[in-house]
Amino acid sequence: MSELPQISNPLEFFLFNGRAIGPQLHLILWGLGLLCIDFLIPKDKGRVGAFFAVGGILMASLHLYWLWGQSLASAFYGMITLDAFALFFDMLFLVAAFLAVLMSYRYMEVEEEQGGEYYALILFATSGMMFMAGAVDLVSLFIGLELMSISTYILVGFLKRSKRSNEASMKYFLLGAFSSGVILYGMSLLYGLSGSTNLDEIASRVSGLQDPTLLTLSLFMMMAGLCFKIAAVPFHMWVPDAYEGAPTSITAYMSVAVKAAAFAIFIRIFFVAFSDLREVDTLVLALIAMITITWGNVAAITQQNIKRLLAYSSISHAGFVLMGIVAGTQSGVTAAALYLLAYTFMNLGIWAVVILLRRQDIAGERLEDFDGLFFKHPAIAVLMLVFFLSLAGIPPLAGFIAKYFVFAAVLEVVFAEAGPNTSILVWLAVVAALNVVVSLYYYFRFVVAMFIKKDYLPAPLSFSGGLIVVLVITGILTVLIGIYPQPFIELARAASESLI
Amino acid sequence: MSFFMDNILTIVCFFPLLGVALILVWPRGKEHDGSIKWIANGVALAGFFISLPLITEFNDARFIDSESGMRFAFKADWIPAIGAQFSLGIDGISMLLILLTTLLGFISILSSWTAITERVREYYCYFLLLQVGMLGVFMALDFFLFYVFWEVMLVPMYFIIGVWGGPRRLYAAIKFFLYTLAGSVLLLLGILALYFFHHSVTGIWSFDVLAMQQLDIPLNLQIWIFLAMFLGFAIKVPMFPFHTWLPDAHVEAPTAGSVILAAILLKMGTYGFVRFSLPILPEATMHFLYPLLVLTVIGIIYGALVAMMQKDMKKLVAYSSVSHLGFCMMGVFVATPVALEGGILQMINHGISTGALFLIVGVLYERRHTRMIADFGGLSGIMPVYATVFLIMTLSSIGMPTLNGFIGEFMVLQGVFADSTYRLWAVWAAVGIVLGAAYMLWLYQRVMFGELEHEENQNLPDLNWREMATFVPLIILAFWIGLYPKVFLEYLHEPVNQIVERVRPNQFSPLPAQVALRE
Repeated sequence: MSELPQISNPLEFFLFNGRAIGPQLHLILWGLGLLCIDFLIPKDKGRVGAFFAVGGILMASLHLYWLWGQSLASAFYGMITLDAFALFFDMLFLVAAFLAVLMSYRYMEVEEEQGGEYYALILFATSGMMFMAGAVDLVSLFIGLELMSISTYILVGFLKRSKRSNEASMKYFLLGAFSSGVILYGMSLLYGLSGSTNLDEIASRVSGLQDPTLLTLSLFMMMAGLCFKIAAVPFHMWVPDAYEGAPTSITAYMSVAVKAAAFAIFIRIFFVAFSDLREVDTLVLALIAMITITWGNVAAITQQNIKRLLAYSSISHAGFVLMGIVAGTQSGVTAAALYLLAYTFMNLGIWAVVILLRRQDIAGERLEDFDGLFFKHPAIAVLMLVFFLSLAGIPPLAGFIAKYFVFAAVLEVVFAEAGPNTSILVWLAVVAALNVVVSLYYYFRFVVAMFIKKDYLPAPLSFSGGLIVVLVITGILTVLIGIYPQPFIELARAASESLI
Repeated sequence: MSFFMDNILTIVCFFPLLGVALILVWPRGKEHDGSIKWIANGVALAGFFISLPLITEFNDARFIDSESGMRFAFKADWIPAIGAQFSLGIDGISMLLILLTTLLGFISILSSWTAITERVREYYCYFLLLQVGMLGVFMALDFFLFYVFWEVMLVPMYFIIGVWGGPRRLYAAIKFFLYTLAGSVLLLLGILALYFFHHSVTGIWSFDVLAMQQLDIPLNLQIWIFLAMFLGFAIKVPMFPFHTWLPDAHVEAPTAGSVILAAILLKMGTYGFVRFSLPILPEATMHFLYPLLVLTVIGIIYGALVAMMQKDMKKLVAYSSVSHLGFCMMGVFVATPVALEGGILQMINHGISTGALFLIVGVLYERRHTRMIADFGGLSGIMPVYATVFLIMTLSSIGMPTLNGFIGEFMVLQGVFADSTYRLWAVWAAVGIVLGAAYMLWLYQRVMFGELEHEENQNLPDLNWREMATFVPLIILAFWIGLYPKVFLEYLHEPVNQIVERVRPNQFSPLPAQVALRE
């Protein structure tokens, strides 16, 4: 990687750094542009905003692709890094945003809340995530986090006339702001201890610390705040309500992208800054992962509403990703990255079907709404089955490969070292494996409804071109990652290699 | 032709997908159900025929892997990042099971001709998909690939029970799925443990089953891996006390589903023990031999006693499976050459006779829509052909000499007796045979003999040509194995000797394996 060249004049400085954050800039500028022209778009042509946003995302993707070949090391004097880890997550966020926008426009028409600012906010949130993924400095990290969080608070409450949506937004905002505060407190302790905000410098300065009490306290503060963002038990209380109340397209986007962004900084902070406290955080995180997986699954069993069910299932999936972090090795990071990638496609696919079922006057969220779907729309039902099986982790689908990798990462640690934490890692693997069975049970309640129950709601589904594109892309990738995972594993491996 | 023979395992394994593809593109509508049946039956029958070269060319030197002795081996990289390969290959054990699968697959599809009237298209799709999964399990020589096939077949089987089953079908289907899955995920952890151990010894990331069979694993680790794999396989077999899903699944499944479940799916569990647990973890198997034998004996006797008390014919046959598979497993675990070979032969025998018994129950069910023993009686006068078939299969199941069951049971008993330590366990197993004769003959007596008390049974039609066609191959095989088992046992000598040498080295003289290789 080429180091930052010596830059003397300001113009050169801006050109160089502007290139490095080009994708983010694209998103922000296109978002601002959308806000400017929004009043020109007639109310019944709301879709124009969506296509405008897609344009921004595609431009950002092109720029990202170009950056990939450039191997720039960092920008803004080490505030932002462009390592493979950051680029991997950038790509993931752009894909998620692209799919989320495509599945949104028809849905927002059904909800009668079409507006340009909706798409602009998605673009802003995405750029915030990209800053998070690239941040190697506590300041840029927090700014990215807030840019993402604030945009999503608004998006969750976007259905202005729905009480549920307003309530969800309020809950999410209050708890989210609180958790940001906790993270910030942890950061301030860390800064006090090390005198630096750069993660690498922090790592080197705290490594010889004689009394690790404050460092541990800071670790737990950050851990608590980040566990809130990734929705790990016991910081998950907001998830079912927020996911249920938010517009479904935003729920889909949140469950994938916001979670992945939080994991990106989680991984970076714990693997770079806190690499000294590995033993403490392994133990605590292993327990959190175990409880998260189990609790998410157990709570999902009784849910009658698909949005709440998927909310709980996403909690348990976060636990699986945590297993990769618990492993604490390079294969652990590979597993977490691969899991998030696979999860992006299978989960967005399933949300796309939920959006499809939302028609005029029909919420399409209850278990009964899925009855007999197979007889009317066999292709949709089969796709849904594929997504469910993949989420549960049945081969040969993406979810199985992802689960295989987290299990392998955890067991590899057990085999590599006979450390103090190995027995808890074995238990973690066993508990997680048995949870696969539980998750299959509740997913299959919906499969039974779709394939075996007969009475079908007659109203036509809300098809749209964008939604079909989403279903095709997610369906193909869910199967492809399962059957031929090699290139995706290589991507995830490159990401983890650049970090450790 | 040479392309075909070079890739024969891949072709045999994925051939049913051709049928799935055809059925999917076939025009929709009720009036096309007939042609879909023809397609499915044709593909299944063709699948059987293209698997026949596996026997005829089995000893052709060109198709024998010189290192491992595996036949028709095929290897390609699949996921290089983790060392998983698409690796197929068979020995005598898997060859017989594959032939059994293609034959029983066709028979059960043929037996569904009139039984399945709703959602015909999907039904045959699921059946053909199931076939792919089962064949893959018996062919895979890569543990990762094996696991994929092992899990893949759960989904079609779930639907076969859940959509076309009896009144409690949903409960039975999900119970089947969850039980098996619970075992499989632990099996996966066991596979991973082997994978990492293999890497720590050799430095190679690989799931190669044959390489794992060469490992010397410390007993402590073997025990853990054995327990994990034991759960996976024992639930599938099913061994007592993991058998509770079986009666539910059998009773609720449609006839063809029961046939395939009993004849093939359960064999995947026993095959798992033979192929993986024994050769990879020999010391752990011997370590646990005592508790394992206790479980098999409980299975044999408990299964038989419960079967005796059943009022539902299908449930009776289901519990008889528990008993018979206990027999199988006893032979496998004791692992003296004769017992192991008998256990493997008994796997085939159980597939033939229990498969046929489920078909027999299905014939009556289709005519009367009841399976209660009390609803029948005195049928032998009205359905003479049916009575004959039923009798042959009953005798085969209870181990009457000249029929297949006798050979298998005799070999298991003889083999167990050969081991001086466990000699007396043969006595318990023999008790199981007596009980088996009791419940089967009593069943036959109550259904076939006596007065014809029910008016509705007066005009039951005898077997038609299609039903005969499903029974004839099974009857031929039953007599063939019963009268001249050498043909089948010959294929087993070589792999059995290898496994015994691994599990109990230098204790027994090997079976006389004389393979006449063709150049």
